[in-house]
Amino acid sequence: MATEAHGDETGGLEFHPLDQFIVKPLFGDGAVHWYTITNVTLWMALAVLAIAALFVFGSRGRALVPSRTQSIGEVLYGFTYKMVEDVAGKDAVKFFPYIMTLFMFILFANFLGLLPMSFATTSHIAVTGVLAIAVFLTVTIVGFVKNGAGFLGLFWVSSAPLPLRPVLAIIELISYFVRPVSHSIRLGGNIMAGHAVMKVFAGFAAIAAISPFAVLSITAIYGLEVLVAGVQAYVFAILTCVYLKDALHPSH
Amino acid sequence: MATETENATEAATNGDAVAASEVALGTPPEAEAAGMPQLAFETFGNQIFWLVVTLVIIHFVFTKVALPRIAGVLAERQGTITSDLAAAEELKQKAVDAEEAYKKALADARAEAGKIVADAKAEIQADLDVAQEKADAEIAAKTAESEKAIAEIRDGATESAKTVAKDTVKEILASMGFSADAKTVTAAVNTRMKG
Repeated sequence: MATEAHGDETGGLEFHPLDQFIVKPLFGDGAVHWYTITNVTLWMALAVLAIAALFVFGSRGRALVPSRTQSIGEVLYGFTYKMVEDVAGKDAVKFFPYIMTLFMFILFANFLGLLPMSFATTSHIAVTGVLAIAVFLTVTIVGFVKNGAGFLGLFWVSSAPLPLRPVLAIIELISYFVRPVSHSIRLGGNIMAGHAVMKVFAGFAAIAAISPFAVLSITAIYGLEVLVAGVQAYVFAILTCVYLKDALHPSH
Repeated sequence: MATETENATEAATNGDAVAASEVALGTPPEAEAAGMPQLAFETFGNQIFWLVVTLVIIHFVFTKVALPRIAGVLAERQGTITSDLAAAEELKQKAVDAEEAYKKALADARAEAGKIVADAKAEIQADLDVAQEKADAEIAAKTAESEKAIAEIRDGATESAKTVAKDTVKEILASMGFSADAKTVTAAVNTRMKG
């Protein structure tokens, strides 16, 4: 669709704000199989490299007085550790590497996606959906393993009057199963919308009369998107912690 | 493969019109998701596969290398800070002790110096007293001696004056032609000398 559309609209405004999200093979033009090396592979690999560079290469000195890179790694470590401990409780600390993995992957993927010409892996519902379902399954399994049937107490609001409890239980149950949906669409939608808006303004920049405004707008929205990239990664991580707290301590 | 089957079912369940038109036009499978690459289900398998690979690698890197290392560095730093603080506390205590010792030594030295000064003063006073007494005695002796000498001189002078007066009177009387009676002259001179 992309190539055809480009061909059709020669000379006029070119709006293809969603072309940037197309998953395509890195080498050749064949079909996208599950094993094909695509732009998804490239940008996820770059995220892995960036994380390794910051956390492994940056801390190679094991310095008592940290270098700048090591310091950033330590700050992120301390920040995430404290978040897990404060939000999910002390016994959730064993899930810290898991949450750190999710948080750092989303954070780095978001920021790498902001590079011009890059591909934002976290703008895809397939990616955020898997992340959210992984969290949902983890939380549910941990909840039942830790508390047995007592985990169902999460849906039975014992502080409410007895007649209301079944109604609340249904509402709680629905909200519990909606969690992975909101969890994934919040992240994917935010990233996708921001990138699409930037592309739309980039299209307007082709018109001389409003191009200064368009460029200014892109600059402003880019700043906003940098903020969104950090905030959405943080929101995803902290919600994971909140859900984990429910699994470990299901009583209201 | 999962993707292909997913793909096929998706195509079947999609809107009839869209599917029909696309099939008729012979568009490639990428175009199926009508504008939203996020809904191009044929790419889901690819994305999910690479996401899982990525997450496994990141998790491995974190659990095997990065997190234990950073935790170790942070613990070591905390330990160093704690021990340094303890050492600083110890040194501070030592400094306080040293200051107290110094103050005590200073006070002792002051007391010692005061004692020495007092002793010296007492000694000097004693010496001084002895010397003064001696000097006083000497002065008294000299004074007495001098007084005696003065008295002698005075007596001698009076006698001399009397003798001179008598001689002078005798001479004067003789030159005037009188013969002087020695007794009378002496009485007269003595009376004059007293008066």
